[in-house]
Amino acid sequence: MCLVPLLRLVWAGLHAGLGVNPVEFVEHNTGAWALNFFCITLAVRPLVQTTGWSWWMRRRRMLGLFVTFYATLHFLTYLLLDMELRMGEFFRDVNRRPYIFVGFAALVLLVPLTVTSNDWMIRRLKVWWGRIHWLVYPAAILGVVHFYWLLKKDKSEALLYGGVLALLLGYRVIAYLRTRLRAPLPLDADA
Amino acid sequence: MARFAPGDIRASEITPEAAYLNRRSFLRAVGLLAANAAFPRLAAAKGAFDTTEAPTPFEDITHYNNFYEFGTDKTDPAKRAQSLKTRPWAVTIDGECKKPKTWDIDALIKRNPPEERIYRLRCVEAWSMVIPWTGFPLGPVLAKAEPTAKAKYVAFTTLHDPEQMPGQKTGVLPWPYVEGLRMDEAMHPLAFLVTGLYGKPLPNQDGAPLRLAVPWKYGFKSIKSIVRITLVEKQPPTTWNIANPGEYGFYSNVNPTVDHRRWSQARERRIGELFKRPTLLFNGYAKEVAGLYKGMDLRVNY
Repeated sequence: MCLVPLLRLVWAGLHAGLGVNPVEFVEHNTGAWALNFFCITLAVRPLVQTTGWSWWMRRRRMLGLFVTFYATLHFLTYLLLDMELRMGEFFRDVNRRPYIFVGFAALVLLVPLTVTSNDWMIRRLKVWWGRIHWLVYPAAILGVVHFYWLLKKDKSEALLYGGVLALLLGYRVIAYLRTRLRAPLPLDADA
Repeated sequence: MARFAPGDIRASEITPEAAYLNRRSFLRAVGLLAANAAFPRLAAAKGAFDTTEAPTPFEDITHYNNFYEFGTDKTDPAKRAQSLKTRPWAVTIDGECKKPKTWDIDALIKRNPPEERIYRLRCVEAWSMVIPWTGFPLGPVLAKAEPTAKAKYVAFTTLHDPEQMPGQKTGVLPWPYVEGLRMDEAMHPLAFLVTGLYGKPLPNQDGAPLRLAVPWKYGFKSIKSIVRITLVEKQPPTTWNIANPGEYGFYSNVNPTVDHRRWSQARERRIGELFKRPTLLFNGYAKEVAGLYKGMDLRVNY
C-alpha cells in the first residue's frame, strides 16, 4: 500500500504525466511522501492512545521505514539528476546552501533510525533503542525546514506540514508535561 | 498576424514563400538590416536575434508558467488565465516624454509590424526554455514617444484587476506587478515587446496581450500583460525586489557566478532535457549586452 506513491510516479513517468519539468516533479513528489510518512508514523502513537486500536502500532515500523525509502529516492533523484554525481559540487552545496544542509542532515539522521529498526537491534539495544529513536523528532523538523527554505515565495505547503508536525509533537510535549506534573513531590524531611 | 504594413516595410523584408521556410536564417539577415536603419550606432552589433537551439514545445511553454496573478502553481495559469479579457486592451506610454499616448493594442501592433525572434528564457529558479516570440522591438516604440533628457529609466506595470486575475486577491506579491529597465537596456535591440508565440496570438497564461522579453535577464523581468510603460527619472521599484530584496535585484542579469541567496545559479535545466546544463553569462547574450554593464560590479548590482 505504501508503495502506491512510487507506483503512481512510475506510471505517470511512462504516460508523460510528470509534467513539463519531470525531475522537479519527482523530487517534489518523493520529498512530499517522505514528509507524509513522517506525519503518518508520528501520528501512530496519538492514534493508538486515543482509540486504543493497536493495529497501527504493529505497522509503525514499516511506516517509518517508508520515510527512509522515499527520502532516499528523493536524495538519489537530486544526486543523479541535479548534481549528476558531481560529489565535489554536492559537498560544496551542503556547506553553502542551508536548505541542502538541513535536508542532508535529516537524511543522515534517518540512518541510525533505519539501521536500528530490525528485531535483533531492538532486543540488543533495549532502552537505547528508544533513545536513538528520539532522533525521529529532529529529523522530521529538519525535513520541514528543508522544504520551507527551498520554496520561492508561497510557503503554504511547508507551513501546512509544519502545522501538522507541531500538533503531533505538541501531543507528546503535553503528554510528557502531564506525567511530570502528576509525579509525587519528594517528601520533605521532617520540618 | 499582420505581416505587411504599407509603406513601413522595406522590400527586403517581404518574405517569399521559399524564404519563409528558411525564415530563421533569413530573419537573421533582415534583423541586422533593420538594426542598421533604425539604430545606426548599433549597426556594428553582430549578434543574431535568433538562437539556433531547439525551441521548446508549445505545450510546455503554455503549461509551465510563473504568473502568480493566476496562482502559484506552475500549472495554475493555464487553467485559470482564461478569465483574462485581452480585448479591448489599452497600453499607456507616458512619463518623461514629449508625446505620451494611450494606444489600443491592435493599433500599436499595426504601427509596429511584428517579427519572429527565437529567444532563450532563463528563470531565476534555474530552468530555461527556448521560445519563438512574435513581436516588435521596444526601442522604436519608446523613441516614438520622444523621451526627454530626464528619462533615465523605463517602468512597466501589469494590469491590476483581481476579478480577472484571482491571484491578486492574495498577498503573495504586492500588486500590480511592476518592473523596470535602465534606459539603455530598454533601447537595446534585444529588448522585445511580445504579442505572439509560435506565430499565434500570445496565450493568456504567457502574458497576453502584450509582454516584454529581455532574454539576458532572469525571466521575472520579462513582465506580462502590460498596461503601462512610463519613462521615469529615478530607478523604479520592481516587484520581486520589493518582495525579497536580498534575493532579487533591479538588474537581475543572468550570471552563473552570482548565486541566488539560497541556491546556485551555475546550472540550469533546459525544459525537455534530463540533465542540467551550465548557465551562460547574460544567458548567452554577453556579446550583445555586456557593454551595457562595463565597469559595473555585477555582484553588487545583482
